[in-house]
Amino acid sequence: MDAQIRIRNAGKVFRAHGKEIEALRDITVDIPNGQFACLLGPSGCGKSTLLNAVAGFSLPTSGSVEVDGRPVEGPGPDRGMVFQEYALFPWMTVEQNVAFGLEIRKRPAAEIREKVSSLLAMLNLSEFRDRYPKDLSGGMRQRVAIARVLALDSRILLMDEPFGALDALTRHNLQDELLRIWEAFRKTVLFVTHSIEESIFLADRILVMTYRPGTIKRDIAVTLPRPRDPGDTGFNELKRELTRLVMEEQRLQERDEALFPARG
Amino acid sequence: MTSGNGGAEKVSGFLRGVAVPAVLIAVWQLLSMMGYVNPQILPAPSAVLVRWYQYLAPIEAFDPAKSGYVAWLLSGELVADAYASLSRVVVGFLIGAGLALPLGLAMGATERVYKLFDPLVQVLRPIPPIAYIPLSILWFGLGNPPAIFLISIGAFFPVLMNTISGVRHVDGIYIRAARNLGADRATMFLRVILPAATPYILTGARIGVGTAFIVVIVSEMIAVNNGLGFRILEAREFFWSDKIIAGMLSIGLLGLGIDTGMERLNAHLLKWHRGIES
Repeated sequence: MDAQIRIRNAGKVFRAHGKEIEALRDITVDIPNGQFACLLGPSGCGKSTLLNAVAGFSLPTSGSVEVDGRPVEGPGPDRGMVFQEYALFPWMTVEQNVAFGLEIRKRPAAEIREKVSSLLAMLNLSEFRDRYPKDLSGGMRQRVAIARVLALDSRILLMDEPFGALDALTRHNLQDELLRIWEAFRKTVLFVTHSIEESIFLADRILVMTYRPGTIKRDIAVTLPRPRDPGDTGFNELKRELTRLVMEEQRLQERDEALFPARG
Repeated sequence: MTSGNGGAEKVSGFLRGVAVPAVLIAVWQLLSMMGYVNPQILPAPSAVLVRWYQYLAPIEAFDPAKSGYVAWLLSGELVADAYASLSRVVVGFLIGAGLALPLGLAMGATERVYKLFDPLVQVLRPIPPIAYIPLSILWFGLGNPPAIFLISIGAFFPVLMNTISGVRHVDGIYIRAARNLGADRATMFLRVILPAATPYILTGARIGVGTAFIVVIVSEMIAVNNGLGFRILEAREFFWSDKIIAGMLSIGLLGLGIDTGMERLNAHLLKWHRGIES
């Protein structure tokens, strides 16, 4: 099968205050159609930078990113994104938020209504369709954000630590729901997280990244059968292995933080 | 505010609210009655009240042949003055805000337009509207045109400055989300930037109306011969200090009414917002 997302020797150098920071170096990854891939690493390892390169918000300074054989030149609805900060439009109701992407494409009103209703039902949001985001809990906001992106019918789903700000129970619920959705639609998912457990619970494949410059440190296929049980032996073996890999990078990040506290 | 005994709480809240003014007025009345103050300088509250009623009451007796009852009830001098002042505020504000809004949106959204106009705006903005009085009379003579001109200037800058910063401060995350969802430039502007900037724009409108109300009183003192501002200056010429105070209180109540109305409008338009002013 042809790779849906094809990243070739991608590098990214930021210039700030006369200094250069190399965020990504020589990343080559293919993510085939329908795969659930996690980018895992400590903060500052460039995993969001890589995701933004695929999303088209911030293109790599060297190498290339292709989606379906076409180079990525900017953001677009073929790569729906779920942000950690939800990014719902606060002036729109739940329903209006979900319908927004379809309205942009000038779909007929009846089709929009039907599609929005079925997505809201799927994410257990039907009762809240007329609420504004300020009146929703964090978990519900993120459900709306997921529904809004699903309405686009994109083959690819990009997720930037979408559950990072949620409490453990809500987070677990949404992880289950995301898997259910992924199994129903078989989208290609690129999911950024710094939670080791989350990555094992969700992904077909975990890409562990190094700290500055971000490179792919290890590419691990997760073959455990779903639903995955965090109490399972295989789960814990993988968790130990990943913890070791991530901690090596975490230590580098902490050292850097202590040496250059201002840089964040 | 707690629920439950809402009625009794409202009453006690109201009583607490009027306590200080009531005591103040009682002391003032007492001092006047004991003859400590010259009524020409500070008339007794009772005299102000009587004068206020005369100011409000219809001048002619009710005549069903001439007008309806409500029209007669509203035929007093105060109502006419309040209406004159209010309509000047409305017209002046609509002109000032109507010019400021499109310019502010353009300046906020386009760096090129911003750089073009910002120096001029920065120089003109600190000039108080009152400083335009001589020029406004020179240009427009007397009557409504100079008054409206001054009020428009008063409303223009608050709306302009707030609109610019509203558009410039739109959270980048909304822009990113909209671009990801496929919004083009027009959609981005109309459905993302404009609504995201509304809290600022409405704050500007509220300040603009407030400024317009200040300027209307001043402009009526110099250019026209009706309105609340004109009336209190006219009363001074007759040494009617009771009417001056009655007029001032009317101005205060009208201003309060306008501001409350603007606040209600804001709350209605921003029911999606976490809190007014972020």
